[in-house]
Amino acid sequence: MLEVRDLHAFYGKSHILQGVDLSVGEGEIVSLLGRNGVGRSTTCKAIMGLVEPVGTVRYRGRDIAGLRANLVAKAGIGYVPEDRQVFPTLTVRQNLMLGLKRAGRFGRWNFDDVFKLFPNLAERQHNAAGVLSGGEQQMLTMCRTLMGDPDLILIDEPTEGLAPMLVEQVGRLLEEIARRGVAILLVEQKLTIAMRISRRLYVMGHGRIVFEGTPADIDARADIRREWLEV
Amino acid sequence: MQIGLISLLDGLVYGMLLFMLASGLTLILSMMGVLNFAHASVYMLGAYFAYELSRWVGFWPALIIAPLLCGAIGAAIEVWGLRRVHHNGHIAELLFTFGLVFIIGRAVQMAWGMLPMPYRVPASLDFPLFSLYGENFPAYRGFMLLISALMLLTIWLLLKKTRIGLIIQAALTHPSMVSALGHDVPSVFTIVFAGGSLLAGLAGVIAGNYLTTESSMADAMGPIVFVVVIFGGLGSLAGCFIASILMGMVQTFSVVMEWSFADMLRPLGISVSADDLLGEILTISISRIGPLVPYVLLIVILLFRPRGLMGTRET
Repeated sequence: MLEVRDLHAFYGKSHILQGVDLSVGEGEIVSLLGRNGVGRSTTCKAIMGLVEPVGTVRYRGRDIAGLRANLVAKAGIGYVPEDRQVFPTLTVRQNLMLGLKRAGRFGRWNFDDVFKLFPNLAERQHNAAGVLSGGEQQMLTMCRTLMGDPDLILIDEPTEGLAPMLVEQVGRLLEEIARRGVAILLVEQKLTIAMRISRRLYVMGHGRIVFEGTPADIDARADIRREWLEV
Repeated sequence: MQIGLISLLDGLVYGMLLFMLASGLTLILSMMGVLNFAHASVYMLGAYFAYELSRWVGFWPALIIAPLLCGAIGAAIEVWGLRRVHHNGHIAELLFTFGLVFIIGRAVQMAWGMLPMPYRVPASLDFPLFSLYGENFPAYRGFMLLISALMLLTIWLLLKKTRIGLIIQAALTHPSMVSALGHDVPSVFTIVFAGGSLLAGLAGVIAGNYLTTESSMADAMGPIVFVVVIFGGLGSLAGCFIASILMGMVQTFSVVMEWSFADMLRPLGISVSADDLLGEILTISISRIGPLVPYVLLIVILLFRPRGLMGTRET
C-alpha cells in the first residue's frame, strides 16, 4: 500500500533522513520506533509532503513524493502530528468538521462514532478546543484526522505525555481503527502499545532503518533494544 | 459637550473605515506572513475606480463594481505575483509588494494626473442627517457607518458560520495542519487576498469622496493602517477592530484638543513655561501633534505588550 524507498530529507544543511526504506500493507499496523531526534517525525512529514522529500514514496502504485500535503491527504493518507495542533479558537465539533474533506461527506467515521468512543468530547463539543486537557486534545486530533476517512493513517507519538489510563484509551482507539480496515504507521518511543498491536516494527537510528521484524523478533534481540531503543 | 458627541460619531466613522482596511491586512499578514505594502494602494484604486465609474454609470453601481474590480486585482496579484516569489522567502515578498506601491502610484498619476479628483458625495446623500447643538451630521457619514456595520456583520458571519470561514480561522494559526487535512491552503490564501483587496477597494469607494481622492491618499492611509494591525495584534480580528476604533477616536479627538502637557501638569502643582527645559515640547497643544499620537501609542504597546492588544503570537 505504502512503499518508501531511499527517502532523504534535509532541514537547511542538516541531512535528517539518509535513505529510509519501509512499507505498510493494506490494513496492516506497522510501528516506527527509535529515540528522539532520529528522524521518525521527519519521515511522516516527508511522506505527507510537509517536508520536501527526496526519493520514492509510492502509495497504491502512485508516486506521491513531493505532492502538496492536501493532495497526499486526498489520496487517502491521514496524518496526526505529535504536537497535536488542534485549532484552539474553534469548537471541538468545528475541529472535527474540518477533518471532513468535503462538507457532509462521511466515510467510516462520523460524529456519533467519535462521541461514542470519547464521551468527554461529546460533552465538550461546543467548547473551544484550546481549553481541552492534553489527553482530550490528543483524542480530538486523532478523531479529526479519522473524519477525513483515510485508508492509511500516520500517527506520531500519540501517547507522549499521557497518563497510563489515557495511554490505554489510545491503544483501544488504535485497535478500533485497525478493526475498520485502516492501515496504521505508528511512531512511538515506548514499546508497550507498539509491541501489543503491531504486526511488524521498524527501528530507526541516525536517519535510516536499522532493524525490521515482528514483535517476537524485537523481544528476542536485547542487543537491538539496548543499542537503539532503551534510554 | 457639543464637540464631544459629533467627534465621537466622526471617530467611529473613521475607525470603521480603518477597520475595513486593517481587517484585510491583518488576515493576509497573519495567514500568509506577507506584509502587504500595496494594501493602501488598492484602497486608492478603489477611490479612483469609483470616481471614474460614477461619471459613467453613477455612484450606486460604482459602489458594487469598484470593490469587485479591486478584489479581482487582488486575486491576480496573489496568483501571478506573490505565489511566484513565495519560494524566495519573505524579503522577496516584501520587495514585491513594495514595488507594487510604486507601480500603482505612478500608474494612477499617469492615468488621472496629480490633482485631486472631483469625486463628490452623491446628491441623494448630500444633506444633513440631524443636527446637534447647531452642528450638522451629514447623511453621508451615516451611510459610511451603515456600510461599515454591514461589512462587519458579513465578515463575522462568513468567518463564524461558513465552512470556508472555519478553514480560514484554522489556517490563521496552523496552515500546515489544515493542508494535511486535505484543504487547499493556497486557494484559501487567494480567497483571503481577494477578499481583503475587495474590502480595501470598498473603503476607497466610500472614503474617496468623504476625504479626497488624490494620488497621495495611499501614502496618507498606509502607515496608520499598519499601526492598527500591529497594535491590535496578529491573528486577532477582535483586536484589530478595537485598535481601529481606538485609533479612529484618538485621531479625531486629538485634532480638537487644545490642551498641552503643561496644562495637564498644572493640577499637580507643576507649572511649565516655554522658557524651561523641555518647556517648548511640553507647551505644544495636543491638536498640533495629533497625527503623531497613534505612533506614540504603537511604541508604547510594542514596549509593554509586543504581541499587540489581543495578538496570538509575537509580532
